[in-house]
Amino acid sequence: MIAELGNFALMLALCLALVQGSLPLLGAWRGRRSWIALARPAAAGQFAFVALAFGCLVAAFADNDFSVAYVASNSNSMLPWYYRVAAVWGGHEGSLLLWVLILACWTAAVALFSKRLPPALAARVLAVMAWISVGFLLFMLFTSNPFERLLPAARDGRDLNPLLQDPGMIFHPPLLYMGYVGFSVAFAFAIAALLGGELDAAWARWSRPWTLVAWAFLTLGIFLGSFWAYYELGWGGWWFWDAVENASFMPWLVGTALIHSLAVTEKRGSFKNWTVLLAIVAFSLSLLGTFLVRSGVLTSVHAFATDPRRGLFILAFLALVIGGSLALYAWRAPSVGAGERFAVFSRESLLLLNNVLLLTAAATVLLGTLYPLFLDALELGKISVGAPYFEAVLMPLFLPVLVLMAAAPFVEWKRAAWGKVGGRLSKIAQIALLFGLTAWLGLKYRPAVAAGLMLSLWIVLGTGLHLAQRRNVVKQPLGYWGMLAAHAGIAVFVFGVTLVKGGEVSEDASLRVGESLVSNGLRYSFVNLQKVDGPNYVAARATFEVVDADNNMVILQPEKRYYTVQQMPMTEAAIERGFTQDIYLSLGEPGKDGAWLVRMQRKPFMGWIWAGCLMIAAGGLLAATDRRYRLGRREAATQAASVAVLV
Amino acid sequence: MTRRQQRLILVVATLIALALATWLILSAFRKNLVFFYTPTQVLAGEAPHNRSFRLGGMVEANSLRRAEDGITVSFIVTDMARGVPVHYRGILPDLFKEGKGVVAQGRLDADHRFVAEEVLAKHDENYMPPDAAYALKKGLAAKVDK
Repeated sequence: MIAELGNFALMLALCLALVQGSLPLLGAWRGRRSWIALARPAAAGQFAFVALAFGCLVAAFADNDFSVAYVASNSNSMLPWYYRVAAVWGGHEGSLLLWVLILACWTAAVALFSKRLPPALAARVLAVMAWISVGFLLFMLFTSNPFERLLPAARDGRDLNPLLQDPGMIFHPPLLYMGYVGFSVAFAFAIAALLGGELDAAWARWSRPWTLVAWAFLTLGIFLGSFWAYYELGWGGWWFWDAVENASFMPWLVGTALIHSLAVTEKRGSFKNWTVLLAIVAFSLSLLGTFLVRSGVLTSVHAFATDPRRGLFILAFLALVIGGSLALYAWRAPSVGAGERFAVFSRESLLLLNNVLLLTAAATVLLGTLYPLFLDALELGKISVGAPYFEAVLMPLFLPVLVLMAAAPFVEWKRAAWGKVGGRLSKIAQIALLFGLTAWLGLKYRPAVAAGLMLSLWIVLGTGLHLAQRRNVVKQPLGYWGMLAAHAGIAVFVFGVTLVKGGEVSEDASLRVGESLVSNGLRYSFVNLQKVDGPNYVAARATFEVVDADNNMVILQPEKRYYTVQQMPMTEAAIERGFTQDIYLSLGEPGKDGAWLVRMQRKPFMGWIWAGCLMIAAGGLLAATDRRYRLGRREAATQAASVAVLV
Repeated sequence: MTRRQQRLILVVATLIALALATWLILSAFRKNLVFFYTPTQVLAGEAPHNRSFRLGGMVEANSLRRAEDGITVSFIVTDMARGVPVHYRGILPDLFKEGKGVVAQGRLDADHRFVAEEVLAKHDENYMPPDAAYALKKGLAAKVDK
């Protein structure tokens, strides 16, 4: 019964979404208040029914209802209850439902916090979000229904993929989707503004906090995915440039451009058209990412084409959303006007440069991700694009971004003087340069490593100097602190990546119990091996003593697990995380006469990568809570005029 | 400089930068593409000798050999029509098994042996790497033709 209830709830949600998408829009156009007033209750109702449907699916998983096809193929009665709940989004159908649920959450949040917006604008925003929801609900009901019954019911489920049986599975997809779907708010604001022709600084101020929150969640989601891959895949990689990761990285790049461009639109009234276009692109890439990851197109382009309903629907939906919004943009954007002028050397032009570089980076990732799929789909050959391409192309694009990042906050809006900016920055530029040259020529670091270290120092110094030159440090608004935290986070991240990439070492060896070996300055002793029984796996657990030159010892216990239902072996690495390095030990396969293959890795400053990501996300959230976003329209306008110029 | 001249310089500089970026990106792209070949294609001499490529198919039954050091392995990747010997030093992925699909990335050495730099894992037991499945399909088709 629960599955049928869930199905019914989805249909009701669809009906409400249709109401929410049509009448308020018409009402805003014809000026009918009663129709406009429908938007909020419809959004609340839609949220209630989607939440009910989601609850039904969770219940079906919790009850081990293997008469539901989706439950049978993604869960198992032996699975611990928390993974049964996480298994709800372990496959295509359930993750679509999660997507719709999160969209309903964002919609409800907009309905709740948009009381101070002009009613017509709020109605348009909610209507646009409703149409996105309609698309996804239709897709789910017609092609990917998670509540479909399996007759006869399965005796037990096929289990969740063991790689996904991890706390990462509980948090990573919801956070990532919070980010992806969150860009729908910025998108809806952009479309609403195009429809209503009201694109001004107030519009930018309304959509800024939403965009910042979505961006922060996306940052967290990507971070968690990478963090998870690092320990769970078992071999110490943390970013593989595979299509699934790229699918989340592209919206992040464009989203980063968007939050900067929104700042310009709010402060200076410039970049209006550009900001709207970025909002459209960021959400389009989020949609593309969702479908790339979840439609099966990556597994096989041809399998995707053999399920014509899903494939056609996805392509049609993407074409409608992207094509429709771009067409609307082409039609309405010329009437928006160019906004304030600015000189060649001004903060505006530096932020424009930042935007162009970030967008170029997104385009190169898009090229590397989609081109192999296109070739394959057209039967023109099979190729893959690996990490070397992305690293070769993105490095030169990110270098200027990092240089500009520290400098741009010192440059004045509208028109800046070279001499003044140069004077303020020359000292720290000299320090950073000296440091880089010492690292390169003195300490014999490779040029790329020296450059990475120099740039992270440059950003830290620049950010610190900017704060130090403020007259009243305590009274700075949260938006300013958010910027500082995010920029400093980038510096920490770049520092970590540089040292990991430049200094990581790895060695494979074959060891028996009782043997020991020195690898890259650490002595690894294989102390013992025991058999461990998990809830749904059996494992061999090795115990290693790892001793460094100063006789500090850590015990590492890597495992080789065998998941019985899916008959799948898995490597559980053991990691000793430290402030200056991670020791990463993983167990390969057993060889002849009791020898095991082991991989011993040292990753300097690995933890700094994670710390940097967290600082970036925290910066976004901090900026979103800035007081002036919560003020009423009139108060905010006066406040904005009095607040000092800052991004 | 007048405002018009300034703007002209800006536009020209932007165009040059864009052209340069496009050229760099496309050349990096061409240089780093990794092509995929089936064992039949490799043995027919279609695979390049001086650059890395991907080879896919099935690990032939009973072809896995392990050297004395316990780390160097060799096995044969077949598309059911023909097989290419592969050498690899390192730990094989968890789901590597004889009789199952595999994709390896590496180069041909002077003796026409394929030396893998990386052996790619599958994600689960039922799922065949798409490239490996493709190679098997082609190989089987070739066999039927004969």
